[in-house]
Amino acid sequence: MAEIKNYHLNFGPQHPAAHGVLRLVLELDGEVVVHADPHIGLLHRGTEKLAETRTWLQTLPYLDRLDYVSMMCNEHAYCLAVEKLLGVEVPIRAQYIRVMMDEITRILNHLLNIGTHALDIGAMTMVLYTFREREDLMDVYEAVSGARLHAAYYRPGGVYRDLPEQMPQYRANRFKNDATVKRLNAAREGSVLDFIEDFTNRFPACVAEYHTLLTENRIWKQRTVGVGVVSPEDALQLSFTGPMLRGSGVEWDVRKKQPYEVYDRMDFDIPVGTNGDCYDRYLVRMEEFLQSNRIIKQCVEWLRKNPGPVIIDDHKVAPPSREAMKGNMEELIHHFKLFTEGMHVPPGEVYAGIEHPKGEFGVWAVSDGANKPYRIKLRSPGFPHLAALNEMSKGHMIADVTAIIGTIDLVLGDTDR
Amino acid sequence: MSAKLERLCQKLKEVFGDRIGEPAISHGEVTVMVLAANYRDVAVTLRDHPELRFEQLIDLSGIDYSAAAGRAGGARFAAVCHLLSVSQNWRLRLRVFATDDASPMLPTMTGVWRGADWYEREAYDMYGIVFEGHPDLRRILTDYGFVGHPFRKDFPISGYVEMRYDPEQQRVVYQPVTIEPREVTPRIVREENYGKAGGRG
Repeated sequence: MAEIKNYHLNFGPQHPAAHGVLRLVLELDGEVVVHADPHIGLLHRGTEKLAETRTWLQTLPYLDRLDYVSMMCNEHAYCLAVEKLLGVEVPIRAQYIRVMMDEITRILNHLLNIGTHALDIGAMTMVLYTFREREDLMDVYEAVSGARLHAAYYRPGGVYRDLPEQMPQYRANRFKNDATVKRLNAAREGSVLDFIEDFTNRFPACVAEYHTLLTENRIWKQRTVGVGVVSPEDALQLSFTGPMLRGSGVEWDVRKKQPYEVYDRMDFDIPVGTNGDCYDRYLVRMEEFLQSNRIIKQCVEWLRKNPGPVIIDDHKVAPPSREAMKGNMEELIHHFKLFTEGMHVPPGEVYAGIEHPKGEFGVWAVSDGANKPYRIKLRSPGFPHLAALNEMSKGHMIADVTAIIGTIDLVLGDTDR
Repeated sequence: MSAKLERLCQKLKEVFGDRIGEPAISHGEVTVMVLAANYRDVAVTLRDHPELRFEQLIDLSGIDYSAAAGRAGGARFAAVCHLLSVSQNWRLRLRVFATDDASPMLPTMTGVWRGADWYEREAYDMYGIVFEGHPDLRRILTDYGFVGHPFRKDFPISGYVEMRYDPEQQRVVYQPVTIEPREVTPRIVREENYGKAGGRG
């Protein structure tokens, strides 16, 4: 009889289920995975090294390009780190705006994750539904920052500008007739806050739709229940954070346990799984939709009542207003110095970690007092999760590897930095 | 918050005595220095001691101190761990210097926290810090066959080689970089209190 050997299979880097450019070298025994070796770095851009050659403000837009499905959360961790080093206090309205945008980002991220996870393992419909809601939230991104993806909206000291009074509207064109435009614009008559509030009222019904599509779906359960089980002890050992840790039953959420900004004023719950498999992590994310929705509602209510500044009035850190800059010599100098030389951050080191949709995103910033960072280390949540892929997929069938990659919520821009 | 940090510092001093440096609190964070020789023991105790319980290694990264302003001697490379205790809800930064600047070497943490595996591979790749006892110390983020350690301060931002498609050979070739590194904004360190928020400048 011929001797049967294990064989190696290359998965990716160009594979639709690889979520970007992940190369996996799988050692297989028949269809069973014996060893999975992820090769990452195909999207490595050296963001940390680049940051050392840019001023503190110039670095900010690079953060958007890490995890390119939850942009504002990346900026948030960076801004927190810089503010901690500077020792400045962010205006309260900016803190509320940040919390609200963070939660919008969380919904955006989970919508993409659940849609594509289902797509990876064969449920084509899901992504069509989740992208419908994603579109609305992308419009919010565009309304507040001018960009749908790479927002650069958070700045050290606050946010770039206040929420606009008017939500942009659709106009009739070759592809959209008047009736369609009228229907699309129904929710866009008022301000951005009105639009967001309308969204939060609609959204629970959408989540219910996702539940009917997936939660009790027999095929979905066959593909996810009992796949990629991680015990709570292993999850801690493997540096898991976020939904990956909570799916294993560890009740840990930075927003609750070490609150930053105004999360301590928010009323929300942390969903926790019990079995630590892909299905539990899916359920955790589904519940986080509703919890984020609750937080957004509370923020909208507060923001309506409390106008105020959204960025600090310290021109060593934040630029003066456009009007002041045009009419006043001192402000002009401030503006010029801030955008040429940049802000000087006192020597020291800080670590700022936030509850990013994927886990804990942290920025370790070291400053030696210059106008540029001495060292920025970005702790991306996807990195340790992907490192555990081997342990999670060992002994599973090859088709389960895609289910596990989906549940990791992998974005290579974030893993490779 | 600071009372809790004081308690953590007190506890660290009680447990470790002179095996660690003086715990320092700044910006609401505790930093501890440890010698490479004690690194592993201290890490195990930090993880297992019932009153410390740092179950989780949040981050491990290398750093090259050679270009820091106001640096007076000392070792060049260090590994910095950020630890988190989920049960006690506190964090700690652990810094260990690699004494040999020419071939920096540190013991591995993979036996203490399994999550250290890739973090150490990254620190090796970027800074050339060798982690003794690491089961699989390969490059992780750079290209296959990459030479050098890109995050070292003496490594230029534009690198040494670039890649292009050569139509004659009909394959991708490596060649020395053709771009000049340029610095748009110079790096400036101002006198004390210059950049402090609210300070006069």
